[in-house]
Amino acid sequence: MPLVKRGTIVADEFIALADDAPAPDKGAVIVSAARFIAEPEVWLGRAAPLGVAWPNDRDVTELVPYLSRLALIALVFPKFRDGRAYTQARLLRERHGYRGQLRATGQVLRDQFLFMQRAGFDAFDVVKASDAEAFAATVARYSVFYAPTGDGRITVFRARLMAAARPAAVAAGRSGS
Amino acid sequence: MYAHDELDRVLVNERVTEFRDQVRRRLSGELTEDEFKSLRLMNGIYLQLHAYMLRIAIPYGTLSSAQMRKLAYVARRFDRGYGHFTTRQNIQFHWHKLADLPDSLAALAEVGLHGIQTSGNCVRNITTDQLAGVAPDEIEDPRIWAELFRQYTTLHPEFSFLPRKFKIAVIATPQDRAAIKIHDIGVALHRNAAGETGFEVMVGGGLGRSPFIAKVINPFVPRRDILSYIEAVLRVYNQYGRRDNLFKARIKILVHELGVAKFTEEVEAEFRQIRGGALALDDEVVADIAARFSYPAYEKLADAPPELARAANDERFSAWRRNSVARHKVPGYAVVTLSLKPTGGTPGDATAAQMETIAGLADRYSFGEIRVAHEQNLVLPHVAQRDLPVLWRALDAAGLATPNVGLISDIISCPGLDYCSLSNARSIPIAQELTRRFADPQLATLIGRLHINISGCINACGHHHIGHIGILGVDKNGEEFYQITLGGRADEGAVLGHLLGPAVPFDQVADVIEDIVETYLDLRQAPDELFVQTVERLGVTPFKERVYATR
Ligand code: SF4
Repeated sequence: MPLVKRGTIVADEFIALADDAPAPDKGAVIVSAARFIAEPEVWLGRAAPLGVAWPNDRDVTELVPYLSRLALIALVFPKFRDGRAYTQARLLRERHGYRGQLRATGQVLRDQFLFMQRAGFDAFDVVKASDAEAFAATVARYSVFYAPTGDGRITVFRARLMAAARPAAVAAGRSGS
Repeated sequence: MYAHDELDRVLVNERVTEFRDQVRRRLSGELTEDEFKSLRLMNGIYLQLHAYMLRIAIPYGTLSSAQMRKLAYVARRFDRGYGHFTTRQNIQFHWHKLADLPDSLAALAEVGLHGIQTSGNCVRNITTDQLAGVAPDEIEDPRIWAELFRQYTTLHPEFSFLPRKFKIAVIATPQDRAAIKIHDIGVALHRNAAGETGFEVMVGGGLGRSPFIAKVINPFVPRRDILSYIEAVLRVYNQYGRRDNLFKARIKILVHELGVAKFTEEVEAEFRQIRGGALALDDEVVADIAARFSYPAYEKLADAPPELARAANDERFSAWRRNSVARHKVPGYAVVTLSLKPTGGTPGDATAAQMETIAGLADRYSFGEIRVAHEQNLVLPHVAQRDLPVLWRALDAAGLATPNVGLISDIISCPGLDYCSLSNARSIPIAQELTRRFADPQLATLIGRLHINISGCINACGHHHIGHIGILGVDKNGEEFYQITLGGRADEGAVLGHLLGPAVPFDQVADVIEDIVETYLDLRQAPDELFVQTVERLGVTPFKERVYATR
């Protein structure tokens, strides 16, 4: 499963740890939510970046005390139709100020890349290699955004008001009709 | 009319480009039908019994004559020469070919039309009062709000994969012509004692297998906060709505299972977190949207011009005028409903030729504007009263002046077994037979206002629960049977209908409806007691006795 970060396919520096696998002495790992919450200080005390795989039906506020020390949170789309992790992502980024890697896992398909990116994901465990290769082109398909999220993209509402304030900026403004 | 700007157009065109690529990938075999399904479903494309069906959004039911002409073009060029207007102010074309879909959508995009928000588990096309902007009693034009909601929910990055589809309707009058209480969220604009406007928010209405009337969760959300409030509702639903069972996934089930009090608490808690954030609607944002709606340059005219008096002795004209013409807020003008329910026809269908005629008449007599009503009729919203006689003659010639608006043959019906793969039974032929039985305008007028709604299965696309008479197709050992309910209504006093008794077979439905109507005519206290009022007063029992006495 190719991993996409900053628009390109990269090697994964993290190892996903099975629940019955012992913790390795070194190296970045991703542990399950249950394992992490049982002994958070033990995991955070390791001298390596730590990631947590968080299920989509568990409240992300449980993670709030640890956010600044987590290097990665993996949220999951068990089916692409199950959109709960979009909400979790926005809450982590926009409400709780999480700045580490936010990784989309599960059924991560081409036509959801942009939604995921807008919700705050910056790493993508893509199912199909052909989709991963098309990542950069896919997220550039749209240039107009209505709903404001924490991704920093200028929404239409704002663009119009800015254009109205600066009549020269015709590109974003009304064009005659 | 709302003037789409460059940004709106860019988005729609980007959508077409994306979809063209998806169809190419499907035709080349790069995508399986299953993978393609989810993509076409985000563009309003369904695979039906015989062909692909394309559903096009008509935001808040407002169409320009240019848009109507383009719909006619698409009907002719890519379909079978007609289209079907739905109960959600959309239009459907039932006979598209896969390879034609991108070109069809590209043609529609030229006039700002698209299939975004007409399928999939996203927030669907926002609906409102078909008389928005012309109703004498409205607080302000609800389309300003519908447009704000439309923009906010378009391709929403958090709420495009909700547990189920999500429908929002908005009104700004005391009278509810948009059936907001059967929507996932219904909002009604009010003005408070201090003169500020805000919204009463209702949640959890819906029909289908478990019908519910929406419940009020906040009586007054200030207008500045309404998007934040809607986001709070959507967020609670996205997190907690059921995903284990398709039939329990709508928000009405969440509201029901949590209880209104607990659900409201969750929404209010979320609202407190986001209120005043990026979604707060500054006055300038609202003003900017409002400024994009243009209104006709009405002439200074008086009510009841001489042309009307002269035409009054034509009984056919007068009958049509009585039920198809409504008051306009500007003196000398009127709102005209065009019945898409001719005797023996399919409710909501319009041919390409009719669409072109309507576009022409809209240009001549209604400032180029047309509305789609959720009753599956069309509306010319700005007609000078002096033009009514000449407009009527043109409509009559085009088969668009059936004088039955609001009467028994103005039937709402889903497509049923003739098109829909989910159906149990035919619904269009039932509607057609009923329009024949009640074709006599005098009889229909004698009966008065009576809404019949027909659905071909429990999904209730024909809104049978809220029909004064509701007809629901069910399958009984492979045969088409129909359950009948009485006394439902969709307006501000919305209630669900009551079951009359055992289901009846296809060939008895029209007889049963005739019996019900006769019973009503016998029992009503006065000619102005409406059918629903008689049912409300007496219950279903007298109707049941009469109908089943001989069966
Ligand atoms: S009510 Fe049933 S039969 Fe009718 S359109 Fe909806 S799904 Fe199809």
